[in-house]
This record gives sequence, structure tokens and C-alpha cells, in this order.
Amino acid sequence: MAGRSAPKKGANKAAPPAQTNNNKRKSNPSKEPSSKKAKTAPATTKVAAKGGKKLAKVAAPQDDSEDDDESWAYGAVSGSDDSDVEEMDDEFVSAEEGSDIEVGALNDDFLGDEFAGSDEESKGPGAAMFGSDDEDENEQGEEDNEEDIFASDSEEDSDEDDMEAKSRKLDAAAQAEAEEAEAEMQTNIMLESDKYVLPGEDHEILQSTDLQVVQARIQEIVRVLNNFREMREGNRSRNDYISQLLKDLCLYYGYNEYLMEKLFYIFPVSEAIEFFEANEVPRPVTIRTNTLKTRRRELAQALINRGVNLDPVGKWSKVGLQVFDSPVPIGATPEYLAGHYMLQAASSFLPVMALAPQEHERVLDMASAPGGKSTYIAALLKNTGMVFANDANKDRTKSLVANIHRLGVKNAVVCNYDGREFPGVIGGFDRVLLDAPCSGTGVISKDASVKTNKSEQDFQMLSQLQKQLILAAIDSVDAGSKTGGYIVYSTCSVTVDENEDVVNYALKKRPNVKLVSTGLDFGKEGFTRFREKVFHPSISLTRRYYPHMHNMDGFYVAKFKKVSNKIPKKEENVDLDEEEEFTPIVEESGKRNRGGKKRAAAAKAAEDVEQVGFNADEDEELIRASQAKLLQTQKGIKLRPKKNA
Amino acid sequence: MRPLTELETKTFFEKLAKYIGRNITHLIDRGDETYCFRLHRDRVYYVSESVMRKATSVGRDQLISLGICFGKFTKTGKFRMHVTCLDYIAQYAKHKVWIKPNGEMPFLYGNHVVKAHIGRVTEDTPEHQGVIVYSMTDVPLGFGVTARSTSDTRKMEPTAIVVFHQADIGEYLRQEDTLF
Repeated sequence: MAGRSAPKKGANKAAPPAQTNNNKRKSNPSKEPSSKKAKTAPATTKVAAKGGKKLAKVAAPQDDSEDDDESWAYGAVSGSDDSDVEEMDDEFVSAEEGSDIEVGALNDDFLGDEFAGSDEESKGPGAAMFGSDDEDENEQGEEDNEEDIFASDSEEDSDEDDMEAKSRKLDAAAQAEAEEAEAEMQTNIMLESDKYVLPGEDHEILQSTDLQVVQARIQEIVRVLNNFREMREGNRSRNDYISQLLKDLCLYYGYNEYLMEKLFYIFPVSEAIEFFEANEVPRPVTIRTNTLKTRRRELAQALINRGVNLDPVGKWSKVGLQVFDSPVPIGATPEYLAGHYMLQAASSFLPVMALAPQEHERVLDMASAPGGKSTYIAALLKNTGMVFANDANKDRTKSLVANIHRLGVKNAVVCNYDGREFPGVIGGFDRVLLDAPCSGTGVISKDASVKTNKSEQDFQMLSQLQKQLILAAIDSVDAGSKTGGYIVYSTCSVTVDENEDVVNYALKKRPNVKLVSTGLDFGKEGFTRFREKVFHPSISLTRRYYPHMHNMDGFYVAKFKKVSNKIPKKEENVDLDEEEEFTPIVEESGKRNRGGKKRAAAAKAAEDVEQVGFNADEDEELIRASQAKLLQTQKGIKLRPKKNA
Repeated sequence: MRPLTELETKTFFEKLAKYIGRNITHLIDRGDETYCFRLHRDRVYYVSESVMRKATSVGRDQLISLGICFGKFTKTGKFRMHVTCLDYIAQYAKHKVWIKPNGEMPFLYGNHVVKAHIGRVTEDTPEHQGVIVYSMTDVPLGFGVTARSTSDTRKMEPTAIVVFHQADIGEYLRQEDTLF
């Protein structure tokens, strides 16, 4: 760029003060901003660059090295005399320098305030460049420009316009078209820059236009967060980085903010990105051999004969096969219809393997449709004992019944209850599997609608339902069972609210169960503490599975052993505690009064309390009377004789 | 859920006997466990007594299925066999038809079996006899009724129908909504 270096001096004269900064920066390209002044510089230059990137090309005809846009740019400036070109060139050079610097700035100190600050600081020069852009796009240059720097250019342009120039312009246009790709890229950048400079626009606009920029920023923030002490910039707190990162992630992966925040904190930062990335990729198709009808080797052979490309799913399962590709629909082969296998995600083998049902046991599957796990249980039982397959959704029981029949399960009873009714319907099971209804945050790759349609309310409702279900499941098990007495709780979700929290709740509410090892030799341990929550230490026996780590759906498995059928009366204790909590307050206040000042005051306080308080006896009578009245109006309810009437 | 009445048992067994003949006794008197037929919402289920007893605690409206469904009584009182009973009747079948691989898919799509697709047939199968259809690898695919006796079949054209389709395992997909 020999042509550029010469007119630089002139540039410094003509350019607005901010651009002197730019030149300084260029001469000292070390990218860490040392002073406040230097920090604001990249921002300004960047704006300049936005306009400048194209403009720089306009200046190009003077340079031998500038290649692509030379011709059309030349057309734009043609007819202007040398000095003008020089001046313009200067302007543009500084602008392009800005663009160079911008890249550096993006890499190193692109975060947060620079962007915000840049808006304000750059308004003057930014506007100037904006104006110049417009002019260039008009090419003819006949419109008057309000900006000082270019106004003269355009006038002279129009003055000296002649046929030759026009023809050259045409040539230029043709060539420009030939170099479409490049030009297109330029235009994109232009658009982006335009939006960015628009007054009152936040940098979020920039985000929404270009995902690549967002992705680059995500990577950078992750890099900073991974080595925060050294990479952090100035006095920016970790929260600043994270809030920006969360916003970017929401935008880039399309989650709603609530869910993003929920998922983000489960993992270390870089792992979280891996997790989100893994959610964009489909998991491999896996099938489970139905050992009631065939063996894995035979099935594999039969499918290979149909041209299916498959492999065992892993050492951990003896019945799983992973299907890579298949010329025939894998869900409609004669083998499938004959019930030799079941299409089933690898992750849903896990809870059944953890449950490990033994022959001649009675097992309940509380939420069973479409029957993948129930049929696996039946296969492990070898059609002895019995399987209660329950599902709350009547429509889904159709596919459940179909699968049970197709796979040749002969000892199943299918029923349609709400799982919470369960110990009431039938209890005393040897084992219970509760694959609870969940938000599905582990299977986002299967159903991406989870990303946006789950709100805080959904999570609350689900975890409440899960807590009710897990208690029902625990109560349905017979602790006295010789071989069993186990409960397995699983979800296809990775959030802590639906997993550890629920298990912890169950441990608290049912002291007659304890967590035992799931018997699965892989998977991550459950959290014993998460953010502000601390769970029972035995929760480390539960297992978590992640799409990015195990290449299966996100999953959670916990296994309980019921020790006794009696629930120690914990609830009553809780109630007592609460009552006690109420009374000491009065006592305390009384004590204070006693210890501090006068007894009379204490007595008065007590009197006040009595006046304000309720008269239990009186109330009871009133309540009874009104209840009796109410009951008399209702039909079919027998009144109990009053006790003290 | 209730046991079958006299009449129902008669209709049902008559139908069943078309496929497995006197082997019905094997279904009723089993060595391992007592099994029974139970009627629930027009459908006949074949289930072990222990399972049946536990299932009595499930309410009528909530009970969807138990054991294996053999078929259902139509509104006119006839009995219609469902493909779900294939496991049992294949086990005790008297007359069998094996079809070639190129005939598998047409049969699984609900078509009748033509002579060209026949691989093997049980000898001396009479006309209008219930037969179980197998693939050449001995996987039961469904059942039907013979159009001609085995001896007559030999003289027929390759495109002539030999077995009328009644049920096939493709119905698990095709009729999932109505079957259960």
C-alpha cells in the first residue's frame, strides 16, 4: 500500500480529532488498551471503519495493491482531480486503519461498554462517514452532501462529468457484477454498520443481524471466563461478562432467557456451550433387542441383511444396537412389526437397568407410555411376575398397548390412572419405576420447542407434580419384599429442580427410604449442592447423563431402597415445630420485658395479646354450627351427632 | 372384566378352533400356571389367573388391557380375531403357509397371498381352513384363510389368490388407533 502511506499527513489535517487517535493506534498496534483514551479509540475507529470499509476501496485506484473493487470505486471518484482524491484517500485510509483496529478491538476488548460508549463518542465522525456512504452508493455523486469533507468532492464530480467517465462507470459496474461475491460481502458489512450507527440503537441490533459476530463473541467471553483473573478487562465483574454471554447464547441458540439461565448454571462455562451445541445435533438412533423374541446377534444379522448399518451401542448394554443408516425405514421392517426390537433412546435403557427387576416380581411403571421401558422391564422379567403399566394420558395408552402386544409381553396390565392415585389403586409392589413427566430439557435435540415454551410456571408445576409422584411411588412399594423394595426415579431433564431437588424432597418427606447405588458404572454424580441449595450427601449416588458427554439424551437416574413400610411421623413434627415457633415469640417478648423493665408492662402486653387473640372455644362452636348448616343443605351426607350438644 | 358366557365361549372357541383345532386345550390346561379368558369391553383377553386377580383392583374405566388380547366380539355377536393373538395361535397352529421374501411386504400391507409368493405350504390343508402365515425365516407374519386346498393350489395360476388375508402384523402400525 505504497500509495496510502504518502497522503497520510494530509489525512491528519483533514480528519476529525478522533482519527488522530486512530493513527496513534495504528502506529502502536499493541491491542491492550492502556489508558481510558485508548480504550475509547477502537470504538470510534470502528464506526469510522463501518463507513470506511467501502470507502477505503473507493480510494483504492491510487493504490496498485487494491484489487477487487478497484474499478467501480474508480468510477465513483473519477473525474476528481488529484488533490481531491488524495484528500479523500486520506480520509479513507484512516477509516480503513480503523477497520483494521476494529478487528483487534473485537478480539480483545469488544465487550460491554466499548460498544455502548462507542455509540455516544462516535456520533460526530460516524455521522460524517454515514453521509459519505450515501454519496458513494449514489455513484453519480450529484447529490449535495451536507458534510464538509465530501461536499467539495461531489461538486467537482458533477462539474467534470463527461461521457468517458460514464462509460468507464459502466465498465466498472460490469466488472463489479463479475466480482459479485466480494461485493456482496461488502454490502453485508455496510448494512451491519449502518444499523449499528443508527442513533438510539443499542448494540443488540448488531447482534441480531450477524450470528457469526455473536458466535465469535461467545467464544471470546468463554475464553475470558475460563481464565478470568488474567483475561478480565479492567474492573468488569464476572456478572457483566456472564449477562452478556447469556444474552448472546439466547440469541444464538434460540432459548428463552429463563431456561437459558437455568441450564447455564448447571455446567462450567465451556461445558455449557458444549451442551448447547450438542442439543443442536440429533442423537444416534438406537434400538433395543426384545429378548422375549430374539437375540441381539440374530437381530443384527437380520437387519444387516436388509442393508442396515449398525453396531452395538456400547459395552454397558447387551441389548442395544446403534443404527447409523438404513435403506429401509427402521420403524417398519418386518422384524420391527414382529416385535424383535423397539426403537428406543439409549438413555431410556438406563432407568430399567438401574431398576434391575428380578423374575417373578411385581413391578409398577408409573408413567409408561409409549412402553419402551415397560417392555424392557417385562423382557427382564422374562414374562414372569407382572408389570403394571400406567399412564395418565388415555390417548397415549393406545401406543402403549400396541407396543406391549407387539413385543409379546403377556404379563402386563395397562391402566389409566393419575400416578398420584397409586398406592390407593394397588400397592405392595416389589419395584416401582417412575419416569416422571418432565420439561424435557435433556431431549432438546429431539424436541426443540422446549427451548422457548417452558416458563418458570411450567417448571414449578412440573416439580410439584414430580414431588407428588415420587411420594406416591415410594408409598406403592412394599419394603418387606424379599427381592425388591426399590424405587427408581428418572427424568429426561437436566435441571436440578426436577432432579436432585425432588429426590431431596423425597428423602426429607419419607425417612423410610434411602438412596442406593444405581448400579450404572458411568454417568456423572448428582449434585450435592447447587448454587444456594444444599442437598443430602447421599444424592451423589444418583447419576446424571449429558448429551455432550455420553452422546445420549440428557437424563437423570436415582435409585431408592425402601427400608420400612412405616413412615416416621415427620410431618407431625414439622407441624409441632411450626407451632412452637409461634409460641416462643410471645415468650421471648415476655422474657425481654421481664429481664429489661417492668412486670406490669409484660402483663399488659400479655393482656393485649389476649384481647387480640382468638377464643378457641367460642370459635369452635360457631364453626360447628355453620358446618352443620352447610351440611344440611347438601344432599346425601349424614350428619354426625354433635358431641357436646 | 368378567368371564365369558356360555354362548360367547362357544362362538369364540369355534373361531379359535379354525386355526389351532383341538390345541385349544393346551391354552386352557397349561402346565405352568392357570390361565383364563376374560371379557373386558367386548374384547377377550387371555391372561394368567394371578395377573387377573391383581387386575381386579383396577377400576373398569381405567383398565385398558391385561395379558394378551385375542380379539373382540362384534356388535352382531360374531368374534373377530386380532393380530395380537398371533403369538399363541402360531405356537399351536395346525396349518401353515410360508411366503417368500418378495411376498412379505405385500402381505404386511394387507394384501392377500398369491400363489407366486408361496414358499411352502403344510400338506393336505383343506379349503377355507385358517392358516398362519410365516416368513421363510419362520417369523409369524399374520393369519388368513385358504382359498383352495393344497392339492387344488398346484393347478392354479401364479397370480391367483391362495390365502385370504385376515390379519397381519402390519396392523400394529396401520390400525393402532382402532385395534386397541
